[in-house]
Amino acid sequence: MENNLTTAEDLKTIRKIMEDSTKFLSISGISGLFMGLTALAGALVAYLLSADVRNLDLIMWKLVTDAILVLMMSITIAFYFSLRKAKRAGKSFWTPVSKRLLLNLFIPLVTGGILAVILMVKSEFLYIIPVFLIFYGLALINAGKFTYSEVFYLGILEIITGLVSAIFPSGALFFWIFGFSILHIAYGLFMYRKYEA
Amino acid sequence: MKDLISGLNKVFESRIRLGIMSILIVNDSFDFNNLKDALNVTDGNLASHLKALEENGIIRTKKQFIGRKPNTSYFITAKGDLAFKEHLNALELLIKSQ
Repeated sequence: MENNLTTAEDLKTIRKIMEDSTKFLSISGISGLFMGLTALAGALVAYLLSADVRNLDLIMWKLVTDAILVLMMSITIAFYFSLRKAKRAGKSFWTPVSKRLLLNLFIPLVTGGILAVILMVKSEFLYIIPVFLIFYGLALINAGKFTYSEVFYLGILEIITGLVSAIFPSGALFFWIFGFSILHIAYGLFMYRKYEA
Repeated sequence: MKDLISGLNKVFESRIRLGIMSILIVNDSFDFNNLKDALNVTDGNLASHLKALEENGIIRTKKQFIGRKPNTSYFITAKGDLAFKEHLNALELLIKSQ
């Protein structure tokens, strides 16, 4: 009987090690919440900026600066909360899995970023936000293989938001808020309740 | 009862060896330090188990330099893959039988 117990424990340990060594589980739900709030603040700034229509060229660059700031803040938030979660759980942050996750996340993300810059330089502003949303969704789907499966589904929702925003380009700000704020906040709360609360 | 136990492989009769195999069966390769972190064991302990597995042809190594530091990566062999899966099946049978 005792032998059976340790055998069962062995199997449990094996399963856990297999999962831990292929999935990076230090992604925090709280970071989703704060990323959503940052995006909301960024959208508010963008809205206020675009109300001033005297100098269109200048506005474009102000909006770009706004978007870059939101992006940098979001990346910082994601790293900070992941590091904190890993530290609290006594796990290391730099593992073969986390490196694979980052590589798979950043390839589509950087591709989308470069495409957005190309569109901007060519003054094709209409589809910048759909491009951002779609490539961000692809990046999440790619990264989702190495972490919680919910990240994959968030990616699907971002892609759908991006495609719909391409049909209605004039509603860009609304889709920006939906894709980067509402979805992130909802995702963050869901993940926090499911795995951390 | 004898049949149930005959599937168990003596090479894997250790928590650490089971841990090493669990990692290598789902990852292409893992290096020494990453294995150490993942399993939370000491250098000497890990090294002796890795050596035993290597001598039994369960895993193979690849030594290289990263900058100036020597770095050893571990891979599962085809034989090791088969042996570990058989061992897992035997463990499962053992549990189900009781």
